[in-house]
Order: sequence, then structure tokens, then C-alpha cells
Amino acid sequence: MNQLLQQIINGISLGSIYALIALGYTMIYGILRFINFAHGDVFMIGAFVGFYSAPHISKLVGGSIIFSGILVMLLAMLICSLLGVTIEKFAYKPLRSRPKLTVLITAIGVSLFLEYGGQLIFGPDPKLFPTIVPSMAVVDTQNLVIGSNSIVAIVTAAILMLILRFIVFNTKMGAAMRAVSYNHQAAALMGININSIISFTFVLGSSLAAAAAILYSSVYPSINPLMGIFPGLKAFIAAVLGGIGNIYGAALGGLIIGLTETFVTGYLSPTYRDAISFGILILILLFKPSGIMGKFEAEKV
Amino acid sequence: MLEIRNLHVHYGAVKALKGISLAVGSGQIVALIGANGAGKSTSLRAISGIADVSSGEIIFDGIDITNKPPHVIVFAGISHAPEGRMIFANLTTRENLEMGAYLRKDKGEIRKDIEYLFSIFPKLKERINQPGGKLSGGEQQMLAIGRALLARPKLLLLDEPSLGIAPILVKTIFQKIVEINKELQTTILLVEQNAHMALSIADYGYVMETGEIRLHAPASELAQNEEVKKAYLGM
Ligand SMILES: Nc1ncnc2c1ncn2[C@@H]1O[C@H](COP(=O)(O)OP(=O)(O)OP(=O)(O)O)[C@@H](O)[C@H]1O
Ligand SMILES: [Mg+2]
Repeated sequence: MNQLLQQIINGISLGSIYALIALGYTMIYGILRFINFAHGDVFMIGAFVGFYSAPHISKLVGGSIIFSGILVMLLAMLICSLLGVTIEKFAYKPLRSRPKLTVLITAIGVSLFLEYGGQLIFGPDPKLFPTIVPSMAVVDTQNLVIGSNSIVAIVTAAILMLILRFIVFNTKMGAAMRAVSYNHQAAALMGININSIISFTFVLGSSLAAAAAILYSSVYPSINPLMGIFPGLKAFIAAVLGGIGNIYGAALGGLIIGLTETFVTGYLSPTYRDAISFGILILILLFKPSGIMGKFEAEKV
Repeated sequence: MLEIRNLHVHYGAVKALKGISLAVGSGQIVALIGANGAGKSTSLRAISGIADVSSGEIIFDGIDITNKPPHVIVFAGISHAPEGRMIFANLTTRENLEMGAYLRKDKGEIRKDIEYLFSIFPKLKERINQPGGKLSGGEQQMLAIGRALLARPKLLLLDEPSLGIAPILVKTIFQKIVEINKELQTTILLVEQNAHMALSIADYGYVMETGEIRLHAPASELAQNEEVKKAYLGM
């Protein structure tokens, strides 16, 4: 019983982190109809911003670890937003009227650039992520250890997703995002500046990825420039599973993938963990490419 | 109010507009008629900035708006209810209308304008919280016109408001167009296949043929023109 509960908590915590990353994939797809394969690497940069800034920030703020933790996260979100917007402006925008395949290949190029640029600048070897979230066991009984990391990850992700939901469904900017995602031209005729909505979408997606990176690195504290690849792929699978373009789908998909991986690791063997996720991707692409919550839309990629 | 001089637009190798010139005076309803593919929609798209102009000029209220981005043109006072309506299917009727007022900051006035719109199109009020995609064709057309009006444009571009609408509703829509023109003093450039209806409410008319203006005259004169009668009025 306790073991099951343990797996569920771990799964939800990992799943919420995937969900945060998946939201970026799905929103950018919603607006621009392409998969931003550099998204996982923006996540990685978020972790490094945390790595380099945390010691300074905690020295500056002094005692309160919670306050400095929040500051580190906000800084990572800010820097990744700038990075996301910059990538869009320089790499994707010039290709906006080109075939989607061109943009897709460019995204892979940007991804490689960040990964190998990261190795050059940060060095290729793993680094130990500083303690941002005070690490302790909130519950510690026989067979059940619930770490503060997991709780913080779940609560923070939930808060961020509620804020995102508010922005997308209850603000004018959010309505404009949904309008642009439905039809660029019609949105332009309303007086909506398409470029600023696209930038705003990259701000949202990249800052969620940065937040996810801080949470992820607090649970798995070994970071390196290639660390974005796997969480990025898993989150991409989560977005496809939920229905690419659908933000509820991304959240749901993230949780499903997180829980599945945790259960497979716990009850079968960690060896199968990645295989299962890719298996899910293949199945969903074969049998329901629109995902759980997505409407089917033929897309020439 | 609007003056177009020697406008050329092409889509790749297709020459859609081959040097058209036309003028719309303040307070007028001007009809632009012509067969399929004549370039009517392209003319409107060029005015609102969603089709690239290769040469020529579009002057609105004395300012050159040629090839300006669409949001700048909306801000200048032109709004466009496009062909095919382009309702945001995933947004509610209310949100669609709010998008029409996107550049306005006067919330109170926007609410009043929406109320006024409901008095013109009562059907929309019943559908206020439904997604735009769930509306009937006629309702979507009213929504498209209403949405364009919410920008409080000086010039309203209407592209085939009668398309795909029950004949009985067509008459209503045209009455509403006249009402909007008279009561809100909105200048209207109207593109229509239904030349008879369009000329009956317009002050002035242009006839387009394969990317060129073939004829232009006061609407009542055009309606009597033998050539127009034969080609567009089915007489
Ligand atoms: N996106 C496009 N790409 C290529 N050619 C186009 C495009 N849109 C229009 N055309 C061509 O440009 C010409 C003018 O089209 P336009 O849509 O302006 O005509 P229209 O007068 O509005 O016709 P209709 O009455 O059928 O709406 C046509 O020859 C059409 O085939
Ligand atoms: Mg047309």
C-alpha cells in the first residue's frame, strides 16, 4: 500500500514537471504549427541559470531559503524567456512563410547549437545542482518517504498551470493567443499584432520550461548540457499524447507519462522506462495521432 | 476618404490586380462587383494589409497605408469582414466580438457597442456564450459584420456578406448594412456577387473584370447599364 502511494507521489511530481515542459511544446505548436525541438535545451539553460545564480542570490538575500528559491526560479524564467524570444526572432521568424519542414530542421539546428554551445561554455561534465528547495522528508515511515522536493514540485507546477490557465482563458492577451492559433490572418484583421503574440507565447513556454528545470534539478541534482534531451522528448511525447495544441492535454499527458515511467521503474525495471514512453508515442501516432484531447487536424509537416 | 491609385497585386505568377484605381467618399456605400476571380477580394485584402502590394498606392484619410501591417491599418480606422467570415470557431461569440475591439481601451464604450449590436442583430445575443464554430452561417455572418464594427471603423470593408445565406436573410443583412451606414456614419466598401442587391443600396459602383476596373458610375446608372444588366444582373 505504502509503496503504491510512494509511486503515485513520485509519478505526479515527475509528471507535473513533464507537464510544464509539454505546455511549451503545445502552445508553440498551437500558434506556429511546428514542434520547437530546441525547447528541451531551453529547459537545460534554465537549470544552468539556477546553477550559476543560486549561490549569489542566496548570499544576497541571506537567510530565507524559500525567498531565494523563488528568486532563482524567477531569474531562470526571465532569462529563458529572453532566450526563447531571441531564438524565435532570429531562427524561426525569417522562415515563417517557408515549408514547416524547413523550420523543423532549423529547430533541430538550434537544439544542437544550444547543446554543444552549452558543452563549450559550461563544460561537458555533470555538475551538482545547489540545494534550492530545502531537502527533507516530509513524511518518513516504513516504505514511504515523501521528500519536500516532490511536494514543492507538485505545488509549484500546479500554481503555474493555474496561472497559465487564467492567462489563456481569462485575459485579452490569452484570447488573442487563441485567435492567432485559430487563424493568423483573421487575427491580424482584428488589429492583433501577430508578432507580439508569438513572442508572448515563447515567453510563456520558455518560462514554464525554466521553472520545470529548477524543479527537476532539485529532484535530480546532476546537471549537464545534454540534460534537456530526455525530459524534452518525454514532454514532447506527453504533448502528443494529450493532443498537441491542447493545453489541458499537455498537462494530462505529462501526468500520464510521469506516472507510467515511475510505475515501470518501480514495478518492472528502470531499463524499460524510456522504451515505454517511446512505445506510447508510436502507439498514439499509429492509432490516435490527434491525442487524447485533440481534435484531428491533418497537418503537412 | 479612401483612394487607390494604379494598384498591382500578384500571387506568385498570378496577376490578381493589374493597376486598379478607385475612390470611396466619406459616408458613402460603394459597391465593387464582378465575376468570380475578378480580384474583388484581393482589392480588399490589399487595403487591409493582408495581401502584398507590388506597386501602386492606397491612401486613407490622406495617409499612405500601402503595405502597412494589418494592425496599423485597423488602428487607422479600417476594418474588414473577410470572405468566408473567418469567425474564430474556438472563441465564444462574446470573445469574437471582443477581438473586434482589440485595439480599443474604452471598456465601458465597448460594452455599449455590444449592446447596440444586439439591437441590430438580436440573434447574436442568444448565442453570446457559444463557440463561434457552433453558429449557423447567417449568425456567423452577423457576427463577422458585428466583430468588424466593434473596431468603430471609419471605413468598413465587407466581402460578400450575402454568401451562403438564405435569401430571406440576405434582405435583412442588406437592410442592416444601410442602417449601419446611416446611423453610425460608417463608410462602406461592399464586395458582392449579388450585384442587384449591392447596387440597390450603394451610392457608387465599380465593375471589375480580370484584375481591372471595367466600368464605374453612380450605382443607379450602373444598374441601368445594358452591359452590366446582361453580365451581372441576369437580365
Ligand atoms: N492565395 C492565392 N494564391 C494564388 N492565387 C490566388 C489567391 N487568392 C486569389 N488568387 C487568384 O487571384 C485572382 C483574384 O482572386 P480574388 O479572390 O480576388 O477574386 P474575387 O473577385 O474575390 O472572386 P470571388 O468572387 O470568387 O470571391 C483569381 O485568379 C484567383 O485565382
Ligand atoms: Mg472574393
